[in-house]
Amino acid sequence: MLEIRDLHASVEGQAILNGVDLSVGAGEVHAVMGPNGSGKSTLSYVLSGREGYAVDRGEVLYDGRDLLELEPEERAVAGLFLAFQYPVEIPGVGTMTFLRTALNAVRRSRGGDELDAMQFLRVVREKARALGIGDDMLKRALNVGFSGGEKKRNEMLQLAVLEPRLAILDETDSGLDIDALKIVAEGVNALRSPDRAMLIITHYQRLLDHIVPDRVHVLAKGRILRSGGSELAHELEAKGYAEILSEAA
Amino acid sequence: MSRIAAETVEQVRSLGDRYKYGFVTDIESEQAPKGLNEDIVRFISAAKDEPGWLLAWRLEAFRHWRTMTEPNWAKLGIPMIDYQDAYYYSAPKQKEALKSLDEVDPELLATYDKLGIPLREQEMLAGVAVDAVFDSVSVATTFKAKLEEHGVIFCPISEAVQKYPDLVRKYLGSVVPYTDNFFATLNSAVFTDGSFVFIPKGVRCPMELSTYFRINAANTGQFERTLIIAEDSSYVSYLEGCTAPMRDEHQLHAAVVELVALDDAEIKYSTVQNWYPGDENGVGGIFNFVTKRGACIGARSKISWTQVETGSAITWKYPSCMLHGADSVGEFYSIAITNNYQQADTGTKMVHMGPRSRSRVISKGISAGRASNAYRGLVKMLPGAGKARNYTQCDSLLIGSKCGAHTFPYIESQNRSARVEHEATTSKIDDDQLFYCRQRGIGEEEAVALIVNGFCREVLQQLPMEFAVEAQKLVGISLEGSVG
Ligand SMILES: Nc1ncnc2c1ncn2[C@@H]1O[C@H](COP(=O)(O)OP(=O)(O)OP(=O)(O)O)[C@@H](O)[C@H]1O
Ligand SMILES: [Mg+2]
Repeated sequence: MLEIRDLHASVEGQAILNGVDLSVGAGEVHAVMGPNGSGKSTLSYVLSGREGYAVDRGEVLYDGRDLLELEPEERAVAGLFLAFQYPVEIPGVGTMTFLRTALNAVRRSRGGDELDAMQFLRVVREKARALGIGDDMLKRALNVGFSGGEKKRNEMLQLAVLEPRLAILDETDSGLDIDALKIVAEGVNALRSPDRAMLIITHYQRLLDHIVPDRVHVLAKGRILRSGGSELAHELEAKGYAEILSEAA
Repeated sequence: MSRIAAETVEQVRSLGDRYKYGFVTDIESEQAPKGLNEDIVRFISAAKDEPGWLLAWRLEAFRHWRTMTEPNWAKLGIPMIDYQDAYYYSAPKQKEALKSLDEVDPELLATYDKLGIPLREQEMLAGVAVDAVFDSVSVATTFKAKLEEHGVIFCPISEAVQKYPDLVRKYLGSVVPYTDNFFATLNSAVFTDGSFVFIPKGVRCPMELSTYFRINAANTGQFERTLIIAEDSSYVSYLEGCTAPMRDEHQLHAAVVELVALDDAEIKYSTVQNWYPGDENGVGGIFNFVTKRGACIGARSKISWTQVETGSAITWKYPSCMLHGADSVGEFYSIAITNNYQQADTGTKMVHMGPRSRSRVISKGISAGRASNAYRGLVKMLPGAGKARNYTQCDSLLIGSKCGAHTFPYIESQNRSARVEHEATTSKIDDDQLFYCRQRGIGEEEAVALIVNGFCREVLQQLPMEFAVEAQKLVGISLEGSVG
């Protein structure tokens, strides 16, 4: 579903990704780990088309299409979703309003009908309840004054409502309490399906206890330095990145 | 308030053309000759069969106007206006009084249809009384009976002059004297029509009052005159909304609105202004030089202005409150959006005279393209305004790098116990916010509309429901083409 080949990218003239190769098949869940500043978020931004992230070399295919030539919103309606490491606050825009605007944009672009207010409310309430999100949070402005954990849960809610085909979760587990971590993991597992793929960026093995990934990759120095099965995460937890980094040096 | 952006974009898409309301209705006009002199003033007064005192007042205003020069202090580049090269009076031809909408010229009704405000539907669905001002003469007034039951008077001001001359004579010019400023003086001399509202003591007006203004005949200046009087302990909410047809020549609009609130009375005045702003290159568009002022005469009286200004090539407008009464309250909530080459210089004056009078100003200015947008506000605490308070918040949002926003707060305090607070922010539309929206599948223009609507929320919330929806759509429409 996702083919990243020799991807080089830079920000403000500074090379961050130096030849990333990664391939994720439909139905698979891959974890990406790696030291701070190694380029994990950068990879997620390049994939989602954020301005200011220049692709210097390489290609990315999504269902065989050139992903990089699409506008961010085109990628989104094509089924790519990014749960942000730092979700953005939008003052004055209700969480529900935002969700509904997004859902209708996605539905419209797929030639479907927009949901009416009642149908929409039903869908959101049900998914919100599963994530432990109350009505009061839905009424508030998007992410404004939300706690770190609430913001992450809100990302999960959007993921659940928009039902993307390729979901990238950038440290969605950071800042979550133990119960919330479980809820998020359950949310992710519930979304696992043969035609959906997920790329989960995380620093912690404990998330991967709940979401057992098909593959684990170590991104460091702007490249995938090692890949393995879910046991790789345990190994990293025990030994850290030193060995891998020194091998690469 | 949950449907904003999706509907906005729907609306934008359905427009096809850049400006939906650009059409001219072909109704024979009865026009005074071009130009401005005492004879024209007499012509207007005679056409309306006015009493002598009103003609005398108009003539005094006209003579005073001739001694005045156009103000040039506003931060506006105003091209010279040739006042002699315009028509000052035109009226749709049929003029007999109408008993029902069936008697209204069908072409006129069709015009309203195009504007999306079919009178019948308004009448049936919204329960809004519509006094339709078309080309300076009111042609249809609805819901009169129901209002009359409550003793509420809502009629064209020309009719009020005939039917309630004492009331009109007592209050006309009492808030905005004919000497007030260049444009208000001009209006006093040549105003053609407008609305008159009178709410008697203790009455809560049973419905929102609404007037749709429309400038139609080519090259005709529009001089509306509105007068609203709320007697003791009464309440009224008045809505004003406008669109204008597309044309190339600049058109002057110089309205005057006067509000009078007596003891414990409350007047809420809401405006959605969407006149033709000119094209993308700054050609054409309405000049909107309006004088709006409310007098909180009575103790504990309250006047609240809410405006959404998205149209016009140039806007020059400062709805104000004269807070005479003890514990009186003045409010000003404003959204001003300028795009392309539009210019807006708008704000308010809060003049505190009564003890413990309070005022609150929330202004949201949005500029895009090469537009400029200025907030100009005066807060004045006179010696009698002991313990008076003002709070002002001005937020400016810039879209793109070629537009400008300016804030000019003037504060004058002659009372040491009075308190004035002013906060101002200027920001650019946030790239992170835009990207976040786009990542969720929301297109760039819709995202801008969504974010800007959020930025304006505090003001939009002040609008009556049916206006709020329309205003949210307008926000999106008026920023069309501002990104990308
Ligand atoms: N706008 C920018 N200008 C300059 N450098 C940048 C910019 N954005 C990111 N970087 C740099 O790129 C590198 C990779 O950042 P990135 O956010 O992708 O790391 P990460 O792997 O997600 O780290 P973390 O685990 O801390 O989230 C860092 O060194 C960072 O400082
Ligand atoms: Mg990161």
